[in-house]
Amino acid sequence: MITAEQKPMDEIRQMIAPYKKILAVGCGSCVAECAAGGEKETGALASALRMACKMAGDDKIIHEKTLDRQCVKDFIIQLDDIIKDYDAVLSLGCGAGVQAVAEMFNEIPVIPALNTEFLGETREQGLWVENCLGCGDCMLFYFGGVCPLARCSKQLLNGPCGGSKDGKCEVNPDVPCAWQNIIDRLSNYNALDRLEIIYPPKDWSKKYGSGPRKIIREDQKK
Amino acid sequence: MKEISILKKVLERGEFAVTAECGPPKGADPEVVLKKAELLRGKVDSVNVTDNQTAIVRMSSMAAGVLLKSIGLDPILQMVVRDRNRIALQSDILGASALGIRNMLCLSGDHQKFGNQPQAAGVFDIDSIQLLKTVKDMRDEGKIIGGDALTKAPDMFIGAAANPFADPLAFRVIRLGKKIAAGADFIQTQCIYNLDRFETWMEMVRERGLTEKCYILGGVTPLKSPGMAKYMKNNVAGMDVPDELIKRMQGVSKEKWKEEGIKICVETVERLKSMKGISGVHIMAIEWEEAVGEIAEKAGLLPRPVIEYSEN
Repeated sequence: MITAEQKPMDEIRQMIAPYKKILAVGCGSCVAECAAGGEKETGALASALRMACKMAGDDKIIHEKTLDRQCVKDFIIQLDDIIKDYDAVLSLGCGAGVQAVAEMFNEIPVIPALNTEFLGETREQGLWVENCLGCGDCMLFYFGGVCPLARCSKQLLNGPCGGSKDGKCEVNPDVPCAWQNIIDRLSNYNALDRLEIIYPPKDWSKKYGSGPRKIIREDQKK
Repeated sequence: MKEISILKKVLERGEFAVTAECGPPKGADPEVVLKKAELLRGKVDSVNVTDNQTAIVRMSSMAAGVLLKSIGLDPILQMVVRDRNRIALQSDILGASALGIRNMLCLSGDHQKFGNQPQAAGVFDIDSIQLLKTVKDMRDEGKIIGGDALTKAPDMFIGAAANPFADPLAFRVIRLGKKIAAGADFIQTQCIYNLDRFETWMEMVRERGLTEKCYILGGVTPLKSPGMAKYMKNNVAGMDVPDELIKRMQGVSKEKWKEEGIKICVETVERLKSMKGISGVHIMAIEWEEAVGEIAEKAGLLPRPVIEYSEN
């Protein structure tokens, strides 16, 4: 999923300052799972902003609405009837959600309330970790299901570097060395010979080769 | 006139090679480089020129390398993959060769987090092993990544680093093998303080027959103080400084710290000289270039063999 964290309150307040009537729009998908922009967080942020404005003598109107998916047009159309009552949308979607709403409603500013972080997993309650770059050419088979591009600080395809110590990364002792993980996993199922391969330079054209990417599936079109 | 690698000549002759390090300044003054380099003249065969080491912005290694060449020293151009993508790296390999640089050391580079530009994007488009293979293919096949032919191949003696002290130990030797298979002609190791672990590693290296395929230079760094020893043990990634050494440094009075540091270093060089499969030493006297000559002298490495810098 896509992970995100809420921006600092001051930054949000600065961005919404010029507007009177604001609709806070949450998203019930990834950002709800990472407790940044779901229905609960959207309600909490809207209340906090109302409170802060009231204390500052600012008579802003802040309402909230959470869509099941803020990055899917079929859900965004639910805003069609209500959006005309507001001068700005404060989006608690990920970067894709913010832009999908902006794409659909050209006339109204859409303000991001979150910093979108990474593609990752919920490892445990309150812990999300990055493990995918979305490179467009998955190599996890070769690396024991551990991605060195997303999880090694130097993106080594032929690691580990000289900074791997006691299974930790030199960049941050809280970070496990991805290459230690790769070696451990490959040795668990007798595939250590894959480490002898000299992997050639990554084909980044699948990610950066022709600007922003899109997927077209004729079989999915109506 | 054909430029040659002094390091390569010395190693091919079977002589015990000596290299040292010259860190370019955090400024544009060529005199700083030339002054440091002069201290190394006649004491070493070739001089590593570091590439923005510890991710701190410094004069480019290529420029400093050319300055060294201008006074008749043989530079080893360090090149890290942290700051340049494959287009820039290959272009710089061609440029370095055109400027007469004949040695290159291929490295990943210290992570940008450690330097004075922590907000920089780390490039890491290719890794150090891929860089080795790139230089080798450019030199031996006259081809760049993707197969396009060069109008003239670069001429480089290709080096790589190895850290016998990082984990996992067993894999360290596999990775060295990969570096040699990828193109390394010579290896310079991380600073050796833990000789026992180094011996264990060398044994594994010899078992795999790697010393037959590549020259290995053992890295040493003289300690300046017990504080430095402790700092290296605790704060420098991939360093292994045994407690006995720290105690030994602590056991002498402050005015004798440097002397003791040099003594330890000379003892290490002596051990390396008699170690099977070791072809030379790489003396990294960090901001202490004066120490290189003293260590070389005391370890019986002087005079250095005389090799004409250019030959017809």
